Amino acid sequence: MKAVVIGCGRVGSSVAKALHAEGWEVTAVDENEDALMRLGPNWPGGFVLGHGMDTSVLERSGVDGADAAIVATDGDNTNVVIGQVLQKRYDIGTVVVRVLDPARAKFYAERGLNTVCPTQIAISLVLETVQAHAPAPTEAS
Amino acid sequence: MYVVVAGGGKVGSNSTRSLVEMGHEVTMIEQRPDRFALLEEEFGPVVMRGDATEISVLERAGIARPPELLLAVTGDDEDNLVIAQIGKEGYGVPKAIARVNDPRNQTHFKLLGIKQTVCATTSILGLVEHELPEHGLVRLLQLQEEGLEIVEVQIVPSSPVAGLRAGGVRLPEGSRLISVFRHGRTELVDDKTVIRPGDQVLAIVQNDAALDLRKALLGAK
Repeated sequence: MKAVVIGCGRVGSSVAKALHAEGWEVTAVDENEDALMRLGPNWPGGFVLGHGMDTSVLERSGVDGADAAIVATDGDNTNVVIGQVLQKRYDIGTVVVRVLDPARAKFYAERGLNTVCPTQIAISLVLETVQAHAPAPTEAS
Repeated sequence: MYVVVAGGGKVGSNSTRSLVEMGHEVTMIEQRPDRFALLEEEFGPVVMRGDATEISVLERAGIARPPELLLAVTGDDEDNLVIAQIGKEGYGVPKAIARVNDPRNQTHFKLLGIKQTVCATTSILGLVEHELPEHGLVRLLQLQEEGLEIVEVQIVPSSPVAGLRAGGVRLPEGSRLISVFRHGRTELVDDKTVIRPGDQVLAIVQNDAALDLRKALLGAK
């Protein structure tokens, strides 16, 4: 199984390492060389230096025919644009896009993009935790 | 008409000024605080502060009315694409024009359904070509949606069509000659028009036929 991870920050690098540990063939893409350090010493997967908006960078990373592509750069708009380009232009099993803004995540999810919104997940979890620990409502007397 | 302008840089602010002078109702959105303060002095309530890629900001600007025209002219291509997509797909804005800062991103706009774009670099290159007629072919106007292009070809003495009647010239498929310009006068082309060295020929071509047309009129290089 082949995966390409575009944007190798905290989320991207962790996903890349986890998929590699599960036996995937992983290539990471980042415009900053320092990102390679996040993948740990002796990263055995691929690494392409460049911007995900650049189709030659995408093609060198092997997106065409990949089983999965994960887009997690630090820009929401960059992610939704790259995600749509990947979906429309290449043959990829699953494209997952990280979007921090809940409204934009919903907008693009409704249009067929696989978005993951960490902000929305945090909001839901915080609310659940608060509600679970709240004292049981007293009966109205 | 009502126009929303996303981005208050040179392109956005000058477009807004002209649109307001023409009597249109405009809302311009600018994110940077210092730039916003400057714009507010000139434009007053026409300019509002915010990130135009945020749906709530676009809604405050009246995207749901919707405006007849949306200009996505920030300095960031991804932002412009997202703004144009939200306007067109989310709110039914009939016409969105997006600025392309890096011409290499042009294909992304087309692929994602934003067909009306302006790119300063491409326009300047077009002007450069106009100043360098030895290239032989100048792309004057591109109608992206229609897949048509108006081009100008300067006929040279070595051209294979020099001295021929237009009716006898074999043109590549998807191309038509419109007019010839010589000695300061324009003549519309019909079959009897003789093409002469020094003529500036205007033609309309479909899709990618421009280079084939150059070959037909100027010969293979």
